[in-house]
Amino acid sequence: MSQATGKSILEVKDLRTYFYTRDGVVRSVDGVSFSISEGETLAIVGESGCGKSVTSLSLLRLIPSPPGKIVSGSVLYHGKDLLKLSEDEMRDIRGDKISMIFQEPMTSLNPVLTVGRQISEVLELHRHCTKEQAHERILELLKLVNISEPERRINEYPHQLSGGMRQRIMIAMALACDPEILIADEPTTALDVTIQAQILNLIRELRDRTRAAIILITHDLGVVAEMAQRVVVMYAGRKVEEASVFDLFAKPMHPYTLGLLNSMPRLDDSSSKRLVEIPGMVPSMRTEIVGCAFAPRCSKASERCLIESPVLQDFGNGHTVACWNPVAVLRDKA
Amino acid sequence: MSNKQKQLLELKNLCKHYPIRKGLLSRIAGYVYAVDGVSFSIYEGETLGLVGESGCGKSTVGRTILRLIDPTAGEILWRGERIDELSRTEMRPFRKEIQAVFQDPYSSLNPRMRAADIVSEPLRNFEQLSQAEGRERVSELFALVGLRPDQMLRYPHEFSGGQRQRLGIARALSVKPKLIMCDEPVSALDVSVQAQVINLLGDLQQEFGVSYLFIAHDLAVVKHISHRIAVMYLGRVVELATTNELFEQPSHPYTEALLSAVPIPDPTRQRKQIVLGGDVPSPINRPSGCHFHTRCIYAQARCKVEEPKLEEISPGHFVACHFKLNT
Repeated sequence: MSQATGKSILEVKDLRTYFYTRDGVVRSVDGVSFSISEGETLAIVGESGCGKSVTSLSLLRLIPSPPGKIVSGSVLYHGKDLLKLSEDEMRDIRGDKISMIFQEPMTSLNPVLTVGRQISEVLELHRHCTKEQAHERILELLKLVNISEPERRINEYPHQLSGGMRQRIMIAMALACDPEILIADEPTTALDVTIQAQILNLIRELRDRTRAAIILITHDLGVVAEMAQRVVVMYAGRKVEEASVFDLFAKPMHPYTLGLLNSMPRLDDSSSKRLVEIPGMVPSMRTEIVGCAFAPRCSKASERCLIESPVLQDFGNGHTVACWNPVAVLRDKA
Repeated sequence: MSNKQKQLLELKNLCKHYPIRKGLLSRIAGYVYAVDGVSFSIYEGETLGLVGESGCGKSTVGRTILRLIDPTAGEILWRGERIDELSRTEMRPFRKEIQAVFQDPYSSLNPRMRAADIVSEPLRNFEQLSQAEGRERVSELFALVGLRPDQMLRYPHEFSGGQRQRLGIARALSVKPKLIMCDEPVSALDVSVQAQVINLLGDLQQEFGVSYLFIAHDLAVVKHISHRIAVMYLGRVVELATTNELFEQPSHPYTEALLSAVPIPDPTRQRKQIVLGGDVPSPINRPSGCHFHTRCIYAQARCKVEEPKLEEISPGHFVACHFKLNT
């Protein structure tokens, strides 16, 4: 695992992204802050609808507007607020300095363009390459992501490739301009486990080689444990806990994080004891949440939790938790 | 599983080949070998997990058992009686015994029916109940799966994913089946809700002794819920064993690789991982001999030529490999 140098290159402060729908305002991201340093891998985890994808899209200003809108906050990239740039300036950063891998490689690749053409587009736009220069670079990139027979694949269309290969193409495209930050939104969710292992291996290898910082959006805590150095846990549009990956798994402090860890069936656990359930379900984001969003499902909720929204408290070593009654148990290791 | 348990379902050399038609005369140009010679049994009160990657034929096996698809060859026996060649009317009594829960709780419930009607549809089909009796049974079923009686008149879109899956389970349970075929029942759900549904399935099995054929790709879930597990690769069962034995002594290289590919939620754990190269080959042009030899790290010349048979290496542990591991 590569070591972070500690110099922060992206700082997200109090980001709020709302969607104005006919049925009311959906507060998808409601005051999220985090930062990422050079060469670091930060995972953002949470269940569907917790705002993790909207957060990542907001960083690149890819929120469809209307109905979406980044209401407040700042995204400082080397001290420059991305949210204040013009669309042209933003386009120079997107795909060049900060690039993104999406979950569904079938829908995020253009079905009527060859693989080579699609990667070439990035290079022509940002590097002003000629077609010939681009061709060389594309072959190099395809080799980098372990695509066999790159000379043949370069002329193929997405439908001719398997899911794993399409994801490799996405990665090649994202890496075309040596980005400083790579945002990977559920990069392996649509893939089979053996293919997932290949892609995760590839991302790890490339991270060590290019020293790119990675923001990994996922719902799979197994993937988090294998990839990340730091973890942000989100629930209902808010950050509820942030810690180093070791601290988070060894001593989760937010009842939701603990619940997530306990509710997962595990391969490394042979006992067939009952899974710990988190009762109820994720709250609707249409109504404004008073107090702690997790309180209705929380076994440790007190009266204060229903009234007052918990603030993030620092428990040392970068471990912050937004909870009035944090748990601090050492999870028993089987 | 021991022999004293009663066998419910037995598959003998089950095959499903889909013809690929091409050209003006729609001549058969080849076959998709979706399922190719699958044999296993399910006993009363047990859960058999069926795992494998997408396209390995696990869902086709499940659908063939329900006779939603007719097998190309092979036999399906229900308590020793062949049901694969029965007509629709002859099949009817067996439909009550074998029910299903599907993956997508959004498309497997009719959006225009009220929850109570969805759950009671099998009852109306198979049992002559008065309206009052029917309503009583539905409210019992609602309570059983953890839904409130006041939700009976709602439509599917008013329920969350987890609740819809509970509706699907209630519908399957309504006619007191002996076997429920669960095809990826929790893969569309979030972890915290997934745990609720897995626990519910476990509770119902304890209470009613129902058997499950649990088809899933998530090995951790399958491990948690299954008594025995069958691993499929390209239409064939490559390994079948009790859950503990499969996880402690995987004997097929594919099983070993599959287990090692699953990310473990423990950052302190260092383990050797076997990363398989390449993709799963197409079920149309399958590799010769052992279908897995193109990706197998232990493959030798023999594997390309000779197809390994499923052999019993210890009681109840079957493997199809020329070079079995851990033996």
